[in-house]
Amino acid sequence: MSEHSATPSPSRYTVADRAPRKLSAFLLRWESILVMMLAAVIIGNTLKSPYFLDPFNLADATYNFSEKAIMALIMALLILVREIDLSVAAIVALSSLAIGYMGAAGYGPVALIATGLAVGLVCGAFNGFLVTRSGVPSIVITIGTMSLYRGIAQVSLGDQALTTYPQTYLDLGQSYLFNWPPTPLSFFLFLVLAFCFAIFLHKTSAGRQLFAIGANPVAARFSGIRVDRIRLILFTLSGLLAGLGAVLLTARIGVMRPNIALGWELDIITMVILGGVAISGGVGTIGGVVLAVFVLGLATFGLALMNVPGIVINVLLGLLLIISIAAPILIRGQSGRR
Amino acid sequence: MSIVLRYREAILALIIALMVTGISLYAPPFGTLSNGVGVLNDTAFLFMMALAQMIVILTRGIDLSVAANLALTGMLTGMFNMVFPDLPALIYVALALLIGGGLGLINGSLIAFLRIPPIVVTLGTLAIFRGTIVVVDGGSQVNTSDMSSTFSGFPKLELFGLSSVFWIAAIVALLAWLFLGQTRSGRGLYAVGGNPVAARYCGISLPYQQMLAYGISGAVAGMSGYLWVARYGVAYVEIASGYELTVIAACVIGGVSIGGGVGTVAGTLLGALFIGVIVNALPVMQVSPFWQMAISGAVILAAVIINARAEGRALKLILPEARRAAAQAKR
Repeated sequence: MSEHSATPSPSRYTVADRAPRKLSAFLLRWESILVMMLAAVIIGNTLKSPYFLDPFNLADATYNFSEKAIMALIMALLILVREIDLSVAAIVALSSLAIGYMGAAGYGPVALIATGLAVGLVCGAFNGFLVTRSGVPSIVITIGTMSLYRGIAQVSLGDQALTTYPQTYLDLGQSYLFNWPPTPLSFFLFLVLAFCFAIFLHKTSAGRQLFAIGANPVAARFSGIRVDRIRLILFTLSGLLAGLGAVLLTARIGVMRPNIALGWELDIITMVILGGVAISGGVGTIGGVVLAVFVLGLATFGLALMNVPGIVINVLLGLLLIISIAAPILIRGQSGRR
Repeated sequence: MSIVLRYREAILALIIALMVTGISLYAPPFGTLSNGVGVLNDTAFLFMMALAQMIVILTRGIDLSVAANLALTGMLTGMFNMVFPDLPALIYVALALLIGGGLGLINGSLIAFLRIPPIVVTLGTLAIFRGTIVVVDGGSQVNTSDMSSTFSGFPKLELFGLSSVFWIAAIVALLAWLFLGQTRSGRGLYAVGGNPVAARYCGISLPYQQMLAYGISGAVAGMSGYLWVARYGVAYVEIASGYELTVIAACVIGGVSIGGGVGTVAGTLLGALFIGVIVNALPVMQVSPFWQMAISGAVILAAVIINARAEGRALKLILPEARRAAAQAKR
């Protein structure tokens, strides 16, 4: 008998500084699973298509998900605090409309960008105001504002399109920020914002407050966290980043129609959920969301390279979403059933 | 004020009546009986689908896959009709109920047994159902010329000027009213949504209630799929795209609480009628149809905010002590 076990511990509980590091726990972490999925996607695509690993192809692939990915970052924070913003794609439409009108009126790129961001900010703040003041669940409020914002875009434009933009503005969305490695502006912004969001959420006390709200909003309020103010800020930020998405998207495609970014809210929520953010709040990491963005983006790109039709890709991504959420539940349910 | 607002359905009915009167004064053709019949026929799909969605929302769930289910079941029924034409229409209805109900039970089992949140499951199956249409038909369409007369004729049958789709919606409404008010399973839906823990202690099984709710939702969506395809004479990938949000909007306007446990058949029907009146009034008033979306958005916001204020004052709790405690907790 060792001396250690002979002396009885004064406390009935052992409090460790950190959880014990176990290989199985590490491998079953959501981020580890995502890394494996990402590796599988990259290896599979490289074997299937010689064009997949070409840097210029990959750079072009990022165009298709960077705007959504930027909006997924803030959606992750909203879902973390048990809220949701279904109106983001409609805000993109409304911001893009304002950008289109400013472009048609002959303003320069700075004015266009400022308008896009400002419209997004106002829409987001309006969402936040309604959610915090009415006490109605944000899913209902943002279904309403989604119709309202996209409705305004439809009323103003009907079946027309806005296509006049200054060339310097279009260059933002259509040229590389650096030529080597080829990096589009939207992808660069996504990486920078992801870094900022990760530092904020995981390394600051304000970030910890979001987890507290998500775990228990009432307890968080009684602990002195200004829950409603934080909700308002998050919704406003969601609008602002949707405005940024509109600036980048409009510059990239160079045309504004009322159905722009239609259905993006569901793509963005898929990114966030696959990233391991619990829809019931309080659980999630930015790292997970970034990995999910790459898994979804590269899988879509690889399937498109293999000439799989877009709607079939949607089926596969839907299956991926459900299986990836169901599999850990099944595994855990069998090992840990009481 | 609070006493008046408690009769939410009455208020909503009054608003619809005022709206219809106003529109008829502005554009007299709207007030005619034949137009009223037209509005009811047009809104029949929304009546059924909103009632089914309400049953899901009562359990604190949501079913985003209904429009995709409608399109997929419609397509499958249409393709079945090409292989077996000239069967009695009721066989197509039964088949659509089965396919739709089966798809709904897929949702239900993922939600009830794997405990995945409903919004995640139905978001996934929305994409899967919609995409499966292309996989089964290879991207083509089923047109009127491919449909047999019994298949495409059924939704156009009329009784008292109202289409068979409307009468089916009326039967669905009657059944929903009896089911929710008079049966153990129906009351159980309110119980699991109102307080899942208490419901569990009363011996009400949450998985059973969820399977029931998503099964019903799927079956109604599937039946609407057959009727939709037969009535509009075409089945392809995009039919009823985005319709799930209109359906949810009808529920929300009708006073169904997204938090579960609150909602009535009458309220939901009025919510659907409200949207139906707006949709049909715009062309009569020569307003651009593009206004429809913006108006429904504004109306949803107004309705939910008024509802929230009413709910805050008049909580529907069973015990007076609980009501007082809740009122204090609110403060």
